[in-house]
Amino acid sequence: MRRWLADRWVMGVALLVLGYLTLPILVVAGLSFNRPSSRLSYDFNEFTLDNWARPCATADMCDAVVRSMEIGLIATVVSTVLGTLMAFALVRHGFRGRSGINGLIFLPMATPELVMGTSLLALFVAAGVPQGFWTIVIAHVMFCVSFVVVTVKARLAGMDRRLEEAAMDLYASEWQTFRRITLPLVLPGIVAAALLAFSLSFDDFIITNFNAGTTVTFPMYVWGAAQRGIPPQVNVIGTAMFVIALLLVGASSLRGRRARRAALAVLATPAGKP
Amino acid sequence: MTALAHLGGTPPTTPAAPAPDRRRRHRLLPYLLLLPGAAWLLVFFALPLLQLAAASLYDPAGSLSTGYAMTWAVGNYPDALQAYWPQFLRSFLYSAIALVLALLMGYPLAYAIAQKAGRWKNLLLVAVVAPMFTSFLVRTLAWKTILSDNGALVGLLRDVHLLGPDGRLLATPVAVVLGLTYNFLPFLVLPLYASLERLDPRLLEAASDLYANPLRAFGRVTLPLSMPGLIAGTLLFFIPATGDYINAELLGTPNEYMIGNVIDSAFLVRLDYPQGAALSFLLMAAILAIVFTYLRRAGTEEVL
Amino acid sequence: MAQEAPAGDLRLADVTKRFGVFTAVDDLSLTVPQGSFFALLGASGCGKTTTLRMIAGLEAPTSGRVLLGDRDITGLRPYKRPVNTVFQSYALFPHLDIHENVAFGLRRRGIRKVGEQVERMLALVQLDGYGRRRPAQLSGGQQQRVALARALINHPQMLLLDEPLGALDLKLRRQMQIELKRIQAEVGITFLHVTHDQEEAMWMADTVAVMNAGRIEQLGAPADIYEYPASPFVANFLGQSNLIEAEVSGHDADDLLVTGHGYRFATPLERARSRQGPVWLGVRPEKLHLVADRTRVPDGRNAVSGVLTDICYAGVSTEFLLRTAWGQEMSVFTANNDPDARLVPGVEVTAHWHPRHSFVLPRDDSAGDDADGSATRPGATGGGRADGSPADGGVGVPPQRLEAAT
Ligand SMILES: Nc1ncnc2c1ncn2[C@@H]1O[C@H](COP(=O)(O)OP(=O)(O)OP(=O)(O)O)[C@@H](O)[C@H]1O
Ligand SMILES: [Mg+2]
Repeated sequence: MRRWLADRWVMGVALLVLGYLTLPILVVAGLSFNRPSSRLSYDFNEFTLDNWARPCATADMCDAVVRSMEIGLIATVVSTVLGTLMAFALVRHGFRGRSGINGLIFLPMATPELVMGTSLLALFVAAGVPQGFWTIVIAHVMFCVSFVVVTVKARLAGMDRRLEEAAMDLYASEWQTFRRITLPLVLPGIVAAALLAFSLSFDDFIITNFNAGTTVTFPMYVWGAAQRGIPPQVNVIGTAMFVIALLLVGASSLRGRRARRAALAVLATPAGKP
Repeated sequence: MTALAHLGGTPPTTPAAPAPDRRRRHRLLPYLLLLPGAAWLLVFFALPLLQLAAASLYDPAGSLSTGYAMTWAVGNYPDALQAYWPQFLRSFLYSAIALVLALLMGYPLAYAIAQKAGRWKNLLLVAVVAPMFTSFLVRTLAWKTILSDNGALVGLLRDVHLLGPDGRLLATPVAVVLGLTYNFLPFLVLPLYASLERLDPRLLEAASDLYANPLRAFGRVTLPLSMPGLIAGTLLFFIPATGDYINAELLGTPNEYMIGNVIDSAFLVRLDYPQGAALSFLLMAAILAIVFTYLRRAGTEEVL
Repeated sequence: MAQEAPAGDLRLADVTKRFGVFTAVDDLSLTVPQGSFFALLGASGCGKTTTLRMIAGLEAPTSGRVLLGDRDITGLRPYKRPVNTVFQSYALFPHLDIHENVAFGLRRRGIRKVGEQVERMLALVQLDGYGRRRPAQLSGGQQQRVALARALINHPQMLLLDEPLGALDLKLRRQMQIELKRIQAEVGITFLHVTHDQEEAMWMADTVAVMNAGRIEQLGAPADIYEYPASPFVANFLGQSNLIEAEVSGHDADDLLVTGHGYRFATPLERARSRQGPVWLGVRPEKLHLVADRTRVPDGRNAVSGVLTDICYAGVSTEFLLRTAWGQEMSVFTANNDPDARLVPGVEVTAHWHPRHSFVLPRDDSAGDDADGSATRPGATGGGRADGSPADGGVGVPPQRLEAAT
C-alpha cells in the first residue's frame, strides 16, 4: 500500500493541477451556453443556444476578432521572416558583435510587456506618430521576433550540416541545397515559430493597450466589455478558439510523426506569453 | 606499384584562393540577414527604452497637450516611489507567493508528464498548453465566475467554515494570487518538462540504488539535472507575473492593485507620462536586477 | 558530370589544412592513379576525413593544390566536381525516402527518368523493395548501403569512401568488400577508400597509404608495406611487429649485422633502411618459431630467448607472449596444427627466425631511451594480459617519436 501510494502520488498531484489548469476553459465553454441574468453578471443562469446561433450579435466584437486576425497574420509573416533570417545568421555564420545581437534578442523576452508597451507609447508620442492599426502591427512584430529566432534557432542548430554537404557533393548548387534539403528540414521549426507568433499576437493585450489608439482588437474589446458587461458571445469566441487550436493539434498528429513533432515543438517551446 | 607519394620535390605551394567575390559575399551575408530584424528591434525596442528613460526625466509640471520640457527631473523617481511604494512592493509580494505556489504545483506536474505518463504524455502535454489556446482575458474572466460569491466554490468553503458566512474569494488578494498562478503556470511547467524529459530514467534507478531514500535521490539527481529548466521556468513565470495588472484589475479591487495598474493609469488615464515612465523604469530595473542576481547565483546565463 | 576534362590521376600537391593552430593535414602530397583502388589507412584523428573533404571540395585547403588530371580543382565548388562521397556518418536525407535519396544526384543533374537506374542500384546493394522507406526505418548497415548506392549511381570519376563498411557485421562486410571490388573493377572508377581496418585495406586495395598525424608515412602495394614497413609506426599499425632496440655492428657480404641486448642479428642488406648507428630490428610475429630447447635452433637463424608469460588461443592461430631478459614482451603467432605441449607459461623458450624475415629501421637515439620498441600494437593486445604499462616494457612507440625516424 505504501509503495503503491509512493508510486502514484506524483500522478495524483499532477492530475489535480491539470484540473486547476483546465477548469476555467470548461467554465468558458459552459458560459458560452448561458443566458446571463444581467449584463454584469458572471454567474450561470439559463441554458441557451442563442450565443452560438448568433455569435456576431454584438457587431463590435466580431469586428474586433477580424481585426485581431488581420494584425496577427501580418505580424506573423513579418516576424517569421525577420526572425528566421536572424536565426540563420546566428547559427550558420560567424560575425562580429554576436553577443550584442544575442542581447538584443534576449532582452525583449526578459522585459516586462508593460515596459515594452509604455516605452513604445513614449516613442510614438514623442515622434508624433498617430496610433492605430499599424502601430499595433509594429509592436507585435517587435515582441514576436525574439520568439521566432529562439524557435527556429533551436531547429537549425539541431540540424546536421553534413546533410547539406552531402547534397552539394551530389551536384546540388547552393540554392538547390537550400531548397531541397535545408528548407524542408527547418520548415517544422519555422511553422512552429509562425504559430507561436500568431498566438502571441492574437492574444496580446498589454502592449496593444498602450499602442492601439482607438483601434480595438479582440482582447481590447474584452477588456472594455469587462467594465461595461460582457456579452456571452465572448465565451463563444473563446471556446471556438480553443476548439480550433485543439483540432489543429489533432489533425497534425493524424498527419504523421513529423507534423506531430512540429506541433509539439510549438507546445514545448520554453517561451511564450499569455 | 605505380602510385607515388611525392614526399618532397613537388610544385611550389600555392595558397588556395576561391573566387574573391564569393568570399566577400560570404562575409557580408550574415549582416544582411541580421539587418532587418536587428534594425526592427533597435528602432522599436531599444530606442523606445531610451525615449522612456528620457520621458522619466521630463518636467512633471508639463502635460500631454502643452508638451513636456526636458529638465532632467531626477526627482521623478523618488516622488513616484514615495507615492506608489505599496503597489510596488505588492507586485513583488504577489508574484513571489504565486511563484512558490506554481513551483509546488508545476514540479510534480512536469515530473509526472516527463517520467510517469508513458503513452499519455502527449495528451497531458496538450492539456497543459490548452489554456493558452484560448484568450488570456476570457479565461481570467472565467475565474470571476468560479470565485463568484454565488458560486459553488465559495458555497463549499463557507459550508466547511473555511470562509465566514460573508467571506468571499473574489476581490481579495487570494483571487489575484490564484489568477497569477493560474495564468503563468504553463510557462513554468513547459521548460521544466523539457529538461525533466531529457532525464534518463536509468539515472533515477542508479540513484535509488546508491542513495536508497527517494528523497535523497531526488535531491542528488533529479533536482540538479532539472536546474536549467527550473531556472528558465522560474524566470518565464516571474517576469510577466510581476508586470501583470490584468489579474489585479479583473479579480481584485484597488486594494490589490499592483504596480502595473498604476503605470497603466499614469499613461492612459492620468496622462502623467514622466511618472509612468519613471515607474516603468523602476520596475524594469528591479526585475533585471533580480533576474541577473538569480542567474549569477544559479551559475548559468544560457537559459533562454 | 558528363563533359569532364580528360580523366586522370588525382594529385594532392603540398596540401595543408589547419583548424586554427591545429594542423590536421600537414603538407601532404599524394597521387592516386586513375582507376586504382586506393586505401588510406590511419589511426583515428590523423586527418583522413579532412583529406577526403578537401578532395570533395567541402573543405578548402589552407595551402596547396588539388588536381584532377590536368585540371586544378582546388577552388571548385563541390557540386562541380566529378567526385562523390560515401560519408562516414551516412548523411542520408531524413525527409526523403530511400528511392529519392538514391535518385538525388541524378535529379540534380536534370535527369528525369531515374526509376530504373535506382531500382538497379538498390538491387546491387541488396535493398530492393526498400525504396519507399525513410532512412530512420533502416538499420545502420542498410543505411550505409544506401549511402553507397546514392554515390555510386552517379558514376563519378572518383568515389571517396569514408569508412563505408564500419557498421556492418563481419559477413555482410565481407560481401560488401567483394561487391565493392567487383564494382570498382567493372566501372573503372577510382576508389579512395578510408578505413581503420588494416586487414580490409590490404585485402581490397591495390595501393595502401598509411597516414599518421597528418602525413603519409608509407605508400605502396599491401604486401610490400607489410613485408618491409618504412617506419616503426607502419610496422605496428599495419599488422604487428616485434621491434628490438639495436646498434649496427658491421656487415658481411649480403647481411647487415646488428647487436642488441647481447644478441647478434643478421638482416639482408636490401632489407635495411639504415646501415649505421642506432636501429630497430624488426620481425613479424608469424615469422617466429618457438623451441623449448635452445640448442635446437638451426644454424644461421636469428634467435631471442625468454620466458613464456601468456598464451592466447585465437582460433586459426595461437599468440605466445615471450618476456625477454630486458623486459620486452615479444609476440609469436603459430598456426594451430601441432601444438607443442611443452609450451606452457613459465617455461624458458627461444624464438628464432630466418634473417630474410628481419628488417632494419633507423632509430632516433634520443627517443629510444625509455621505449624499447616492443612488439605489440596498442589496442591489438588487451584481453587481460599484463602488458601495456611502461614498466613492463610492452610499450608501443608513441607516434610523435617516430616522425623524426621517417
Ligand atoms: N572543423 C574542424 N575544426 C577543428 N578541428 C577539426 C575539424 N575537423 C577535424 N578536426 C581535427 O582534425 C583532425 C583530423 O580529423 P579527421 O576527421 O580528418 O580525422 P580522421 O582521420 O578521419 O579520424 P577518424 O578515423 O576518427 O574518422 C582531428 O584531430 C580533428 O579533431
Ligand atoms: Mg574520419
